[in-house]
Amino acid sequence: MSGTRMNPKRPVFLELWRIKLPAMGLASILHRVSGVLMVLSIPIFAHLFQRSLEGPEGFASAAAAMTSWPMRLLLLVLAWSLLHHLFAGVRFLALDLGLGLERETARRSAQLVIGAALVVLILGVVL
Amino acid sequence: MSRSASGLKAWLVQRVTAVYLAGFLTYLVLHLVLSPPADHAQWSAWVARPWVSLGLLLCIPFLLAHAWVGTRDVLMDYVKPLWARLGALILVGIGLLASGLWALKAVFTVGLR
Repeated sequence: MSGTRMNPKRPVFLELWRIKLPAMGLASILHRVSGVLMVLSIPIFAHLFQRSLEGPEGFASAAAAMTSWPMRLLLLVLAWSLLHHLFAGVRFLALDLGLGLERETARRSAQLVIGAALVVLILGVVL
Repeated sequence: MSRSASGLKAWLVQRVTAVYLAGFLTYLVLHLVLSPPADHAQWSAWVARPWVSLGLLLCIPFLLAHAWVGTRDVLMDYVKPLWARLGALILVGIGLLASGLWALKAVFTVGLR
């Protein structure tokens, strides 16, 4: 359906190790990656939420599940996802409003967003 | 669904839900991190507070709509064969709807009685 009118022989450059993505591109692709990770985790959290409210036994089993090691790792990844998605999302909303569109400003804000998610994540883990 | 959620409307849905989710999910996560509920009674009493219940009841459909539009955009960009794209969209749609009903049921069991 899509792409039928495009030249099928147009060059494709997908040597991932040779593509140097600018900070804006990196913030954007990480926004997508973090979003997909959170979407995939929705059923897990809907289930845990439902179980935790079911009754005291359900709460205990959901609380135990939250502290298991695979879950802690998942929570770490999702904490980064939420932070990056939130910060990059606010940046995109600002860009939609016409704020920070100049190339240097956009580069700085992208770097800031990527860094802020990591800094807040580390602070959250340490504190 | 893809027709009613296409183009400008989807763009707008994505931004309106984003603003609400940014506020409510930040509140929810901060609450869970700063004062994690100790037992079922405490947790269900918090969820049963009218403003929390209402916040959750709005959050669930908003989150699902935001997840749906975002996943749809990603799948349309990276999954080209129509059968694979449709298959993935159907799976995501069923997964999101089931999750949403599950979560709504949980809110109704403790709140708004």
